[in-house]
Amino acid sequence: MTDVSVAVKPRGAATQPARGGHRSTQRSRREARAAYLFLAPWFAGLLVITVGPIFASLYLSFTDYSLLEEAKWVGFDNYITMFTEDPRFLSSLKVTTIYVVVSVPLQLAFALALALVLDRGLRGLSIYRSIFYLPSLLGGSVAIAILWRKVFGSDGLVNAVLAIFGIQGPGWVGDPDTALGTLILLHVWTFGAPMIIFLAGLRQIPSSYYEAAAVDGAGIWRQFRSITMPLLTPIIFFNLVLEIIKSFQSFTQAFIVSSGKGGPADSTLFYTLYLYLKGFKSYDMGYAAAMAWVLLLIIAGLTAVNFLASKYWVFYGDTK
Amino acid sequence: MATPSRPLPVLFRPLKGGRLVKHILLIGFGLVMLYPLFWMISSSLKPEELIFREPGLWPSQVTFENYTQGWYALKHPFGYYLWNSAVVTALSVVANLVACSLAAYAFARLNFPLKKFWFAIMLGTIMLPHHVVIVPQYIMFSELDLINTIWPLVMPKVLATDAFFVFLMVQFIRTLPRELDEAAEIDGAGYWRIFIRVVMPLCMPALATTAIFTFIWTWNDFLSQLLYLNNPDNFTVPVALRTFLDASSDSSWGPMFAMSIIALGPIFGFFLAGQKYLIRGVATTGLK
Repeated sequence: MTDVSVAVKPRGAATQPARGGHRSTQRSRREARAAYLFLAPWFAGLLVITVGPIFASLYLSFTDYSLLEEAKWVGFDNYITMFTEDPRFLSSLKVTTIYVVVSVPLQLAFALALALVLDRGLRGLSIYRSIFYLPSLLGGSVAIAILWRKVFGSDGLVNAVLAIFGIQGPGWVGDPDTALGTLILLHVWTFGAPMIIFLAGLRQIPSSYYEAAAVDGAGIWRQFRSITMPLLTPIIFFNLVLEIIKSFQSFTQAFIVSSGKGGPADSTLFYTLYLYLKGFKSYDMGYAAAMAWVLLLIIAGLTAVNFLASKYWVFYGDTK
Repeated sequence: MATPSRPLPVLFRPLKGGRLVKHILLIGFGLVMLYPLFWMISSSLKPEELIFREPGLWPSQVTFENYTQGWYALKHPFGYYLWNSAVVTALSVVANLVACSLAAYAFARLNFPLKKFWFAIMLGTIMLPHHVVIVPQYIMFSELDLINTIWPLVMPKVLATDAFFVFLMVQFIRTLPRELDEAAEIDGAGYWRIFIRVVMPLCMPALATTAIFTFIWTWNDFLSQLLYLNNPDNFTVPVALRTFLDASSDSSWGPMFAMSIIALGPIFGFFLAGQKYLIRGVATTGLK
């Protein structure tokens, strides 16, 4: 599980110094007892809030359960229904896949491009950085989703601007062909967070590499291809894994833009939105639990594929 | 890029042509990015009928009517929902600070059996999609009769389930010199005392990052509040805004923009006050 720490610089005493051996077993027993006390809330949370519900969810996924009646064991029915008799499920999977596949690379491309532009000791770096980062903080809120709905409404900002040029724009959020596009744009708009991670990564590349390359006559482009990109691949990988996981779970924006329905014509019916509708509107909780497990498997699978594929393109230095 | 023989501090370097172009492009791009926000602010100050007639920013006629109208548009005045959000958010911040720092200290400083295993589990829960657990969690809280209380929102924080912050603090505590702990130990301090008197005071930057992120995430959080608060008397800002959206016709965008801006205000304030911690937090752990 070193994935999370990829982008973390190995600062100071990240590795534990030898502790001169255990002075006595009594002492280490005392230490262990103290540790478990410090961890008591976390253990309780792990049991009650995280791991317990994961397994409860697995059990529920094999049942028909509506909160009012006893759970009824139905075997694999929920899973079979999902993939054979539920076109809305398949379409939510499709919509979410398009969303992830388009918005994550676009967002990361913007993040990387801006990070590269900002990296070379530009005046006012911290101001630019803050401005570009702000949307990442606001992007998940209901207020911004409301704004988005109106910016891309039929009489909204975008169409008002287009009207200046005499173009009659479509009702972006009300049109099944463009509604998902507006949500993708909203995701791209929040490129600031990965940009900051890229900036932190760029700063760790020793400037002596560039100096040496310049001495050898390498131009800017060559330096970028042979130094910046390879040394940045671990950060790209880290951002990629994180953003895929995160964007698969997007919910608020689709909910607000479509008034909680996933419309028009299910074009913004995100997976998580459909899960919510199934579990908490139709109270089909067994089915929602099954969807939750499918989501877990998809995300785990994608992350595993990412890690396997990373062997071929992520550069971890000569020593490894 | 020719480097001058004696590099001047960035601020005093003359603006070269290339740099100037870069600045113009960056400023232009920043303006386009933030334009919707400016537009929302300016629209909230315009009379209703002008909002969609003028895509420009400068209102030809300024009014605060949208604010007064929006404030009283729902069952309670908007301040009521702001207060509810503030309570949930403040409790979440306190809970996260206490619970996550306790766990982080144990992971960073103490030795115990299976430490590596539990640490790996902790990292794993960072990646766990929230939706996998919401159904059983909802059933549990509904069995306990806690729907429409703040417990389902705060309890997970009390129990340190925001593992991101545990990880953030572990990383931070590991950078503190161990000699300080050892000196305190020689003076006869126990683990609790070391934690309170030595480690915590040095952890202020990490605690600040945790507090600010918890504030912003909880303030923005929609899904849990939508699930667990369905009585209008308990509504927080995001749920209230959503009700507002559903209840209003296409003509009342002015008041809704006004309330949206009020809803974003605190985030913007924390962003201005805590930029340093936010950016460092993102840079070191990949927080969002």
